[in-house]
Amino acid sequence: MASMRDIKRRRGSIQSTQQITKAMKLVSTVKLQRARESAEKTKNYFDCMYDTVNSILARVGQLEHPYLTARTSERKAVVVITSNRGLAGGYNSNAVKLVTRKEDWKKEDVEIYAIGSKGRDALARYGYEIKEDLSFIAEEPVYADAMALCDRLLQSYRKGEIGEIYLAYTFFRNTVVHEPTLLKLLPVEQMAPETGREAQAPMNFEISDEEALELIIPKYVASLIYGALVESVASENGARMQAMDNATSNAEEMIDDLTLLYNRARQSSITQELTEIIAGAEAIS
Amino acid sequence: MAAGRNFTLRIITPERIFYEGVAEMVEFNTTEGEIGVLPGHIPMTVILMPGVLTIHEAEEEKWAALHAGFAEILPDQVTILAEIVEWPQEINRTRAEAAKQRAQERLARREPGLDTARAEVALRKAIARIQVLR
Repeated sequence: MASMRDIKRRRGSIQSTQQITKAMKLVSTVKLQRARESAEKTKNYFDCMYDTVNSILARVGQLEHPYLTARTSERKAVVVITSNRGLAGGYNSNAVKLVTRKEDWKKEDVEIYAIGSKGRDALARYGYEIKEDLSFIAEEPVYADAMALCDRLLQSYRKGEIGEIYLAYTFFRNTVVHEPTLLKLLPVEQMAPETGREAQAPMNFEISDEEALELIIPKYVASLIYGALVESVASENGARMQAMDNATSNAEEMIDDLTLLYNRARQSSITQELTEIIAGAEAIS
Repeated sequence: MAAGRNFTLRIITPERIFYEGVAEMVEFNTTEGEIGVLPGHIPMTVILMPGVLTIHEAEEEKWAALHAGFAEILPDQVTILAEIVEWPQEINRTRAEAAKQRAQERLARREPGLDTARAEVALRKAIARIQVLR
């Protein structure tokens, strides 16, 4: 049996770890609340954007437009959103797996736009080409950053350097459910025309459909990227909260076990001492 | 179409709901020039250009600098999806003036390889900001 001192030391170290995980849980709970609020605000904008783009696409039907039709280039750009910090359970590795588990993608054909240093490091280790490292925008997403990234992506898309653009992020369904999601940004997939909404008065444009698409699609892509950033932050904090909650209760369990062991060890050492004293006293008398 | 005297105006940015209220008229700048929208407008979607946004409420008028986005106009509702929009108190005058000067210089020099479209947009944004502050 381990000595009393060893058990005591071990219990102390677990206790201080538990304090850390408890504090981290509280911090991420607060951050999660803030992130969820901003995710909800973005949802408004995004829903309107989605409806508008949908209604345009439903009207123009099959149109020959670079944003809508498949390109010849085999290269794919993938925007991978992870966090800059660990201790968030499977959050980071799940997002990375979206890329590495994709079997029909050849490593040479994929270029990564990494948002979040955890994903960047993991993918670099797997041997993917990191085209850009934008880890600094992962913490506090700003729309201007999403817009700038979108500009660069669209530029190389138009030049034909890349044929497809994907977005790997973690969708925030609710506090406990976060779904790693791989989304194809471009070419825009023709969505099935929705029934119901089309009953409304037809929309007019001051400019032609093609021009409207030309101008709206970049905004659509930027809003998708921004939305994904905001949701990922919420998911990250949700995942960390869960992970830290589990860690705290595991620590609790270990402390209980160790306390029991410690008490037992103490008891047996007292018993032993008593036996020795009595034996000693008997020997003298 | 029987139209009321006012309509609901919503201005949404990715980061916040910028404005939500009842307006009698709203003016802004689009790719086809400046337009003013009154209640009962035919359904239309327009793309915005940098310019001054004027909201006419029953009692007062409000101004803001509106830089990019698009607007969905319906007879009784106008939704502006703005990428960037600022109230006057959020604008820094010295920065706007410096930006204006920079853009003008860049356009005046006409260097080869100059992104003219971008410089023009920067100039328009700066001018819109300064106009709002007037």
